[in-house]
Amino acid sequence: MEELTNKETVEEVKDTEVPLDKSVKLMSPTRMVVRRFFRSKLSILGLIMVIGLFVFSFAGPLVYTRWGEIELDESGKTEYSVTETTYTVNGEEYTLRQTTEKTLKDNFLAPPSAEHILGTDNEGYDIFVRLMYGGRISLIVSFIAVFLITLLGVIMGGISGFFGGAIDNIIMRICDILICLPGVPILLIISTILDASEIDAKYRIYLLMIYLTFISWPGTARLVRGQILSLREQEYMVAAEAMGYSTPRKIFKHLVPNVMPQLIVQMSLSLGSMILYEATLSYLNLGVKAPYAAWGTMINIISTNQDILQNHLNVWVPAGICIVIAVLGFNFIGDGLRDALDPKARR
Amino acid sequence: MMTDEKKIENFDPQAILEVRNLRKCFPIKKTFFGKVTQELIAVDDVSFKLNAGETLGIVGESGCGKTTLGRAILKLHQPTSGRIIFEGKDITDYKSADMREIRKKMQIIFQDPYSSLPPRSTVGGILSEPVSVHKIVPQNQVKEYVLDLMEKCGLRDYYYERYPHEFSGGQRQRICIARALSVNPKLVICDEPVSALDVSIQAQIINLLKKLQQDMNLTYVFISHDLSVVKFISDKIGVMYLGSMVEFGSKEDIFSNPLHPYTQALFSAIPQPDPDIKMNRIILKGDIPSPANPPKGCRFHTRCPHAKDICKEVTPEYKDYGNGHCAACHLLG
Repeated sequence: MEELTNKETVEEVKDTEVPLDKSVKLMSPTRMVVRRFFRSKLSILGLIMVIGLFVFSFAGPLVYTRWGEIELDESGKTEYSVTETTYTVNGEEYTLRQTTEKTLKDNFLAPPSAEHILGTDNEGYDIFVRLMYGGRISLIVSFIAVFLITLLGVIMGGISGFFGGAIDNIIMRICDILICLPGVPILLIISTILDASEIDAKYRIYLLMIYLTFISWPGTARLVRGQILSLREQEYMVAAEAMGYSTPRKIFKHLVPNVMPQLIVQMSLSLGSMILYEATLSYLNLGVKAPYAAWGTMINIISTNQDILQNHLNVWVPAGICIVIAVLGFNFIGDGLRDALDPKARR
Repeated sequence: MMTDEKKIENFDPQAILEVRNLRKCFPIKKTFFGKVTQELIAVDDVSFKLNAGETLGIVGESGCGKTTLGRAILKLHQPTSGRIIFEGKDITDYKSADMREIRKKMQIIFQDPYSSLPPRSTVGGILSEPVSVHKIVPQNQVKEYVLDLMEKCGLRDYYYERYPHEFSGGQRQRICIARALSVNPKLVICDEPVSALDVSIQAQIINLLKKLQQDMNLTYVFISHDLSVVKFISDKIGVMYLGSMVEFGSKEDIFSNPLHPYTQALFSAIPQPDPDIKMNRIILKGDIPSPANPPKGCRFHTRCPHAKDICKEVTPEYKDYGNGHCAACHLLG
């Protein structure tokens, strides 16, 4: 047999690889995603909507200090009501005209004016200011809820996907059970319990959102688990094992960062749904309660008086618009991120 | 641990790695209660010794258990039975926490340089992580150490901030080599490190491996199906067929005097660059049998051109035919 691969022939081959051009500044994966994100007009619109709401809710009350969240306009107004009663005495008709003068303390249901940009509601609170405070509650609460859902989902999904076997089975069955729980009926029960235990109206929404977190984390956990199941078979995980890295390092430094794209999308989409949830709860009078403001409770005012639904659009329409802007904004951002993070859609 | 280490019988102090009767089975079917009813024998009764500074080439067809053997040595797969003795310590029963210390001394280079690098960290991050985790050098010298290592492996210093997806296959494999060497290992398992690369890059990588072996006094287990590559780099060669080692010996012995009919057939298939040379190819019949259902007797008898009746019944003994040249075949008497 002839000597085929003798040393000389092999060593003739020199380093022929073209070195990367040092001057070309290549982009990191994150920078590429940011660039693709800003290429979509819809995601820019979403970003503007969300940033606008943030500025409105958090900076607004600091700038516009004319009215507070639970500050009644006590300028009052006088109301005249006329009642006519007809009596028949001895065949003759008498009409009794009574005029009542009622002086009210609060200036309620005022139309938009310089004093009240969007008018006042049925109690005499300034609607414009309450929109800002309502936005604060909605944004804070949904951010906390989404943060907790993601944290819990990543930890449980990460452990479940990485270890597999019995641990995976147990965690996934817990998820199944939690997904089976009906959300709203249990919220009603919890709300009743909170009513009975006389918890400050300010904090009950937080407690309810913690419950929502508790029943919502399985979605994120399943997402993370599914990703990790496929990622842990990748060769670089075998390499990490061969390097002798500890298990937490392998899960949280090598696997979870690779789930981040999907996680970010999931987070921005669930921010929208959490705002809706919060609004629904407040609308049903389960969440934020009077006198504190929330977009949901502001819409709920229509249930006290049908006249408001027809004739005082300034009371409830702005809150509805705010909810729509928030949910749409977060969904646009979520969709934009999903497209930007999709490695197959490289353009 | 200390008492366990003294129990090793017939310990050869020269050998850095000794594998004794290593077996690795993967369960295919299990009953409801977890009892294994059918299993795939990926590595069956493999034994060899390897001295420090040597290179062992392991060759064989696809699916013959080369990769499983390599990973079982590193205990990335827990062996079913048999012993792995590394630097005089029996590491077979080490728990993963104990293994973490050993990981510094034995490393692996993977076949696929695309999937074996984490996509979301920079080259610098990939290379400095093992250095800081194992505290190879003090924290403030890590970057210097990594840059030095990158230079040794033919990577330019400004690659430090770059991501793996910006590199070609050959450069990625250099990163993989640098990562494996970052912890100063004694033994490196090269699991087909060049088969995913094109030929000119293969030569560069092999030369790099050779150079690094001399510089850092490394011991390689070089797994490949490319006989020319194995012939170039190895001191010893093991030939595997269907999970078992059919022949083992020094490179010279194996190439000049292949004993096992499978080795003979394998070597006859090496392509000859000169078209005038007539190739005496031994063409084997049929396909490699399924390792889930291996043939009785000699594993190779279904395809062996010289098979006798005894081959179908009795598993041949793995014997030394002089000078450490071992083979398992009835024909050798």
